[in-house]
Amino acid sequence: MDAILIQILNGLDKGGAYALIALGLTLAFGTLGIVNFAHGALFMLGAFGAVSVQQLLTISKRVKDESITFFDAYKEIPYLEIWWGDTGRMIIDYAVPISILFVIPFMLLIGVLMERGLIKHFYKRTHADQILVTFGLAIVLQELVKAYFGANPIPTPAPAVVSGSAPVGAFFGLGEDLVYPWWRLIYLLASGLIIFAVFAFLKFTTFGMVVRAGMADRETVGLLGINVQRRFTIVFGLAAVVAGVAGALYAPILPPDYHMGMDFLVLSFVVVVVGGMGSLEGAVAAGFLLGILQSFASMNEVKSIIPGIDQIIIYLVAVVILLVRPRGLMGREGVMED
Amino acid sequence: MSPILDIDNVSKTFGGLHALSDVNLKVEEGETHAIIGPNGAGKSTLLNCCIGRLEPDTGSVTFNGRNMVGMEPWDINHAGMVRVFQTPEIFPDLNLLENVMIPALAKRDGTFRFNPFRSLARETEIRDRAMSALADVSLDRFWNHHAGSISRGDKRRLELAMGLVQEPKLLLLDEPTAGMARLDTNRTIDLLKQIKESGMTKVIIEHDMHVVFSLADRISVLAQGRIIASGTPDEIRNSPKVKEAYLGESEDE
Amino acid sequence: MSLKNNLVVMLLFSAIVLSAPWWLAPIGANYPDLLQKFAIFGLFAIGFNILFGLTGYLSFGHAAFLGVGSYTAVWSFKLLTMNVIPAVILGTLVSGVFALLIGWLSLRRSGIYFSILTLAFAQMSYSLAYSVLTPITNGETGLQLSQQDPRVLDAMAGIVPTEGLPTTNLFGMPMSGYSGFYFCAVLLIIGFWVTLKIFRSPYGLKLTAIKSNTMRMKYTGFNTRPYLLSAFVISGMFAGLAGSLMAVTDPLAGAERMQWTASGEVVLMTILGGAGTLIGPLLGVGIIKYFENIFSALNDSALRAAYDFLPAGLADFLTTVTSPFVGEGWHLTLGLLFMLVVIFLPGGVMQGISLISRFLRRRLGMAGESGGAS
Repeated sequence: MDAILIQILNGLDKGGAYALIALGLTLAFGTLGIVNFAHGALFMLGAFGAVSVQQLLTISKRVKDESITFFDAYKEIPYLEIWWGDTGRMIIDYAVPISILFVIPFMLLIGVLMERGLIKHFYKRTHADQILVTFGLAIVLQELVKAYFGANPIPTPAPAVVSGSAPVGAFFGLGEDLVYPWWRLIYLLASGLIIFAVFAFLKFTTFGMVVRAGMADRETVGLLGINVQRRFTIVFGLAAVVAGVAGALYAPILPPDYHMGMDFLVLSFVVVVVGGMGSLEGAVAAGFLLGILQSFASMNEVKSIIPGIDQIIIYLVAVVILLVRPRGLMGREGVMED
Repeated sequence: MSPILDIDNVSKTFGGLHALSDVNLKVEEGETHAIIGPNGAGKSTLLNCCIGRLEPDTGSVTFNGRNMVGMEPWDINHAGMVRVFQTPEIFPDLNLLENVMIPALAKRDGTFRFNPFRSLARETEIRDRAMSALADVSLDRFWNHHAGSISRGDKRRLELAMGLVQEPKLLLLDEPTAGMARLDTNRTIDLLKQIKESGMTKVIIEHDMHVVFSLADRISVLAQGRIIASGTPDEIRNSPKVKEAYLGESEDE
Repeated sequence: MSLKNNLVVMLLFSAIVLSAPWWLAPIGANYPDLLQKFAIFGLFAIGFNILFGLTGYLSFGHAAFLGVGSYTAVWSFKLLTMNVIPAVILGTLVSGVFALLIGWLSLRRSGIYFSILTLAFAQMSYSLAYSVLTPITNGETGLQLSQQDPRVLDAMAGIVPTEGLPTTNLFGMPMSGYSGFYFCAVLLIIGFWVTLKIFRSPYGLKLTAIKSNTMRMKYTGFNTRPYLLSAFVISGMFAGLAGSLMAVTDPLAGAERMQWTASGEVVLMTILGGAGTLIGPLLGVGIIKYFENIFSALNDSALRAAYDFLPAGLADFLTTVTSPFVGEGWHLTLGLLFMLVVIFLPGGVMQGISLISRFLRRRLGMAGESGGAS
């Protein structure tokens, strides 16, 4: 029972990342009809947003280390700490949550620029062309990040307060030794919140209603004289923000490196397909479902029965879904179903 | 003699909408049968049910003694029932000659033939047949033009050549003259009359009554998914039911 | 004497390929290692082009066939003989069977679903090669030769390696250096002949027609799936051949050859040169492999030296600006180049060439007319 619960929790936070990326992919596909292979790179950019904020906050001054007396030693002290002492230290400690404030406008800008500068020229081109150009963009983005941040993963810790583990077991009455890192719980909560916010935005605002109508039948909405184009630009920005925030929050869980975007992208595409191309609910459900499945597949008990299953479970599910039920779990009939 | 095409009790619904209800239609060998009817009467749905693009909910489509329902489109094609599409379904990236060579090759090679080492340049017979089909629709001068770049009317005539080169037993024509200039329409009518003499059976869906009455041996009127009248052009011209169906439409508009 | 004649084309092509060590010398691209790469990736790309260029089906999983070809070839070296002929034949055939299996499943879908299916299969192969299939693939270390390998055929012929690892050979001729290149070159010429025949056959015309309008093909009387599947298998066999040649020139096979980035590379090369054209993919291979070679060797000091003739401040500035694009950053240049091509020249370099030649011809033609008038 404990093992199952912990596997579900493990699966949920990975699933949260899948769901958030897949959500953005689906939004872009459903509204703009764009197959965006650069979406993983946006996730990666968000993670490096957190890294940048952390690095900015810890810009340091070289000072003489007084504690060492027998030779001249130097140490680096962040300016924030020099100026504001403990308050400064606390700000540095909270680098990741603070970074969200910067990541949101930054990613919105990136998203809008990307749509206006590149994507809009590809609405009329084939899906293959869209895949190719965004694939090129993804390479460019990840190589730029590699050029400035290097190839190694950069540890980006969560605030100290939540660095420990939550006594999940005690909470559910399942024993004291069942614990789960706080930050992962927070991540899970945050993904839930973001997903909820996106759905609420699409459901309860007029803007969202037009977007949903546009997803269902683009031409008709265009005929109503509504400027769908501008709204779709914003939707693309929104998708970028969702991916970016997901990336920034994921930084403490998985130290960001330049190719994390590609790794997640391939899986997220599979998630989108499993959920059903163009179905937002499907993307979210499939994200969590596949996260949990993957987590179960990596249990030793399972691996001993079917070796290697943890490596391929997601692809296997995708292959089966595509061959048996091409519209995915929740896709509408006839959408891209051929 | 049994009819070459026998549409028997075919029904098709989309969602709750009855596109076709209990349609019965018999086409005799050698005749030119026109299907007319107001917009949305189900004419294109009926054709789609014949060539395997749609599967009827009930009923059967018997062609040359075989039930076509559930058959793959390529098998229907090789059975001898060929459709000329309303919106030009050509190969826009190939030139006109190649566009017509493809159906000619289909006729010879069947549904699949793996001949990667055969030289296309040596396919003189196929080439000649394609060229003469192009000449029939007077497009032979433009044989090396890209099919994507020609006018809509020319595309319709190219479609016709693609259908004719297969020498089908039954040719289904979906508004063969829509989008053509008057002169081209007349030329197409002449061409279709010529084919009629060759004995090829044709089913024509058409809006243009001039075309219908100059070609058809028999006419069936489809309205709201039902055949409301079937007969010779004269019978149809004088049928009160048909007038009603058409007048009804004009009142709606 | 026209390019319409297959014999003329083949003579020309063979002459160009076989004389490559000579005419590539002035640009410093004539050493065997790079020449072998040109030929091997050339085969990979022209094979990929049969699928993508003709039918328009974009596979993101062709690296899997490359990997299978490599593994098979190394196993042939280990179990049978160090002679390259069985290795190349087996590598091609086994990849073909593997392609038949994956193609049969993937071709149930089209469009981006097809792309994702091929991607999923390739990623599965890659993951399995690293984990469960370790007995066959030797996992992360990669599959290597060893002196204790049985090599039954060699043993029967009485060939026993004297010392160190045995080397790959063609009936005794070592397959390294220039002789390795010529072996690959001959196979490239044969491969090119096969694609040329396919391009100029009714079969090839039907494949292009499928790309142009699949639906219409079905109603014209063609069952499109066997066409697509055969094209898929042929292109998979080309990939397998390329993979086995990689093992011929360097008898080692690793799973990273199967990763989807490797599939992406062949897509890049094909598009860059011009998908659907005969020699476009080869141009793409040449450009990418050559510049990869040059650019990745460059570093800051080399750049600084190149800008030496400029004023110091400007040279420093240029060095700083361009350094992310060379050396380790070669992929950045490649990504940018690729984006530019997809945006502005979807037909690749070949489209560029035809645009320029049309422009020149018009200019020259006009010049000729005005000359005649005056």
